Amino acid sequence: MLEYAIKGDKKYYGWIAVLLGLIGVGFAFYLWQLKFGLGITGLSRDVSWGFYIAQLTYMVGVAAGGVMVVLPYYLHDYKAFGRITILGEFLAIASLIVCMLSVLVDLGQPMRVLNVILHPSPRSMLFYDMLVLNGYLLLNLIVGWNVLQAERNGTHYPMWVKPLIYLSIPFAISIHTVTAFLYCGLPGRGFWLTAILAPRFLASAFAAGPALLILLSLIIRKVSNFDPGREQIQTLAKISTYALIANLFFFGCELFVAFYSGIPEHIDHIKYLFVGIHGHGVLVPWMWSSMALMILALVLLIPPITRHNEGVLAVACIMLFIGAWIDKGLGLISAGFVPNPLHEVNEYMPTFPEVMITIGVYAVGALVLTILYKITIGVKQEVRA
Amino acid sequence: MNDKGKIIAGIIIFFVIATFPFWFNMFLEKGPAPELVLTPQAKAAEKCVRETEFMTANHMQLLNEWRNSVVRNAERIYVNAEGKEFNMSLSNTCLDCHSNKAEFCDRCHQYASIEPYCWDCHIDNPKETK
Amino acid sequence: MEDSRRQFLKIAGVAALGMGTARAIDVVAASEGHGAQPHVRKGDDALTAKQWGMVIDTAKLDHERIERMIKACHSTHNVPNISAEKVGEKVAKRHEIKWIWETHFHNAFPGLGSNYMSEEVEERPFLVLCNHCEEPPCTQACPTQATFKRADGIVMMDYHRCIGCRFCMAACPYGSRSFNLRDPRPFIEKTNPEFPTRTKGVVEKCNFCAERLAVGQMPACVEASDGAVVFGDLGDPHSEIREVLREYYTIRRKISLGTNPAVYYII
Repeated sequence: MLEYAIKGDKKYYGWIAVLLGLIGVGFAFYLWQLKFGLGITGLSRDVSWGFYIAQLTYMVGVAAGGVMVVLPYYLHDYKAFGRITILGEFLAIASLIVCMLSVLVDLGQPMRVLNVILHPSPRSMLFYDMLVLNGYLLLNLIVGWNVLQAERNGTHYPMWVKPLIYLSIPFAISIHTVTAFLYCGLPGRGFWLTAILAPRFLASAFAAGPALLILLSLIIRKVSNFDPGREQIQTLAKISTYALIANLFFFGCELFVAFYSGIPEHIDHIKYLFVGIHGHGVLVPWMWSSMALMILALVLLIPPITRHNEGVLAVACIMLFIGAWIDKGLGLISAGFVPNPLHEVNEYMPTFPEVMITIGVYAVGALVLTILYKITIGVKQEVRA
Repeated sequence: MNDKGKIIAGIIIFFVIATFPFWFNMFLEKGPAPELVLTPQAKAAEKCVRETEFMTANHMQLLNEWRNSVVRNAERIYVNAEGKEFNMSLSNTCLDCHSNKAEFCDRCHQYASIEPYCWDCHIDNPKETK
Repeated sequence: MEDSRRQFLKIAGVAALGMGTARAIDVVAASEGHGAQPHVRKGDDALTAKQWGMVIDTAKLDHERIERMIKACHSTHNVPNISAEKVGEKVAKRHEIKWIWETHFHNAFPGLGSNYMSEEVEERPFLVLCNHCEEPPCTQACPTQATFKRADGIVMMDYHRCIGCRFCMAACPYGSRSFNLRDPRPFIEKTNPEFPTRTKGVVEKCNFCAERLAVGQMPACVEASDGAVVFGDLGDPHSEIREVLREYYTIRRKISLGTNPAVYYII
């Protein structure tokens, strides 16, 4: 089926060229980082995780969001999703690649990354993260490829694929739970040490993942003959809406617990994000924008009249995606580290090389997604012909 | 499917390129094997921690075992088969006797095109501030 | 045609796997083969313990003594001084590496003080370092066991295994760990040739002078403290440190977290 990916028009190849260019630039900056060290980023002794790990955290959610198409179709026979489960699975593959590359570019000694496998550490959450991320990637590759291939051949996929599909559902929940467990099991980080972190991660994942899927579906409809379907998009929108409500509600719970109890350890990090402390507040405008974006997205998503309008829906999805990204990416990471365990404030902002490397990583994900979606569209167009 | 000729030609070219490291050296003048210089201290000791053939082939594995023993088990004394004792340290034991890195370690490493990163940490610091 | 090509690829893949496994087994078998006669042991004057610990008498610490202690530690271990003069103030703060340093009561013990504390204690300098906890969250977090709790209680770093993921830094509730964001060598003022420097991309921290304990010496900071710090085996009820702990009331940092730190402070 790979041949579909090399038969495209000028716009397709133009887009591929742009992505390759971005990848090249990102790679060049990464070579600089390999030579100099992670000092070219904005990381510091206090904020030891930053932009790269933020992308891991956010895109793991987007990858898990793919399960929101798989689950209704395979577990609850929601037939409408049958035509787009493949889109969710391929989005998961591309997102996972972004996740794993983000971790790789973040490592101080990337050539030693196999040590995680050579010296298994069953008490470390990063060990399990490595297992479930790779496991889920493998599952999606196998399931997605076989299901698409069967569709192309006009047959049913082989029976051994079915248990793998069912397995991918708890796996999807697990990738994001394990990633949340990276944070919420650390005794010294009061901002992350909350039982609601994993539920909040899942809520924001199930909001952001389907939102991106909606945007991608609208794009696919524009650039090809394949229409993911109005009903499908509307169902995804409903899922996203409820998940976003849950996400904001959970955040509200966090606010209540922190500010009503008055415990400084809990309050300080939220204060840093929204009003700043000791005169430091570089993230304050970002956090308020994030809240505004998410609430505005909700205002557009809840009333059916705006949700049914696909143009407005697209705008709402963009706002949701960006708002959730700021909250979960920048906000979550920085606030965990600021103030530091000694109550000192040292802020973090990504540097230009750091952003360029990240763009390169996203470009790799976009390239994988483009190729996989091109193949999917090719198959769907051929089948319908 | 008239591409049989091109495919076979492509496979042959690929094979030639892929096995380049193996056949290239066969037909070219190799330089002489590197000549290693022993410091007077090394000459006087006559035998290294282990037999020379062992050290030449396995010094890296030995160093790894030494590191695990020192760092993980807090055991720092190595007793070889003859009962001679050594402090397990690259910087303080090995390089104490073989202090002429350029005429000893580097000679074989350059010949075999190996760039070990030991020297990032385990020798004198030429970039030192003062 | 389709099927036999697929068959061929499947068989080739399995064959490659099989051949690779044989080689791998050979390599492993060979490395075990060179005789059992050489062995390793501890040095004769090596100090051992069940759990090394430290009591710092903070009333005895003045700035001059503290500076001596920090200098002793950092110069013994080739800890780089990434100074503001060389890289600018902002970068110097970000790239800072420190194993032991001076701070104030409210920073060392957040949440413990009050608004009505003795001024003297509020202004007194405190020394903080890795606590070599009995239940370290950092060793639990490490995905390669590059940082681990040794049998003598020291939380050690294996700089060769560290992949630089910095999970241990996130896990440490005390901010004791530093990461080499760049090559430290240009910033080392006087290299101690007996101790290796580190490379960029690995995490480092106080090691309770494991290399000194192995040859019967007290840690560098303890020696430089001139009596302000008592160091010994918390697991030996007859040790000096246990005597001191029985005699004085001591506090430790963030004990409510359950890490059981091995560094005690007499206020």
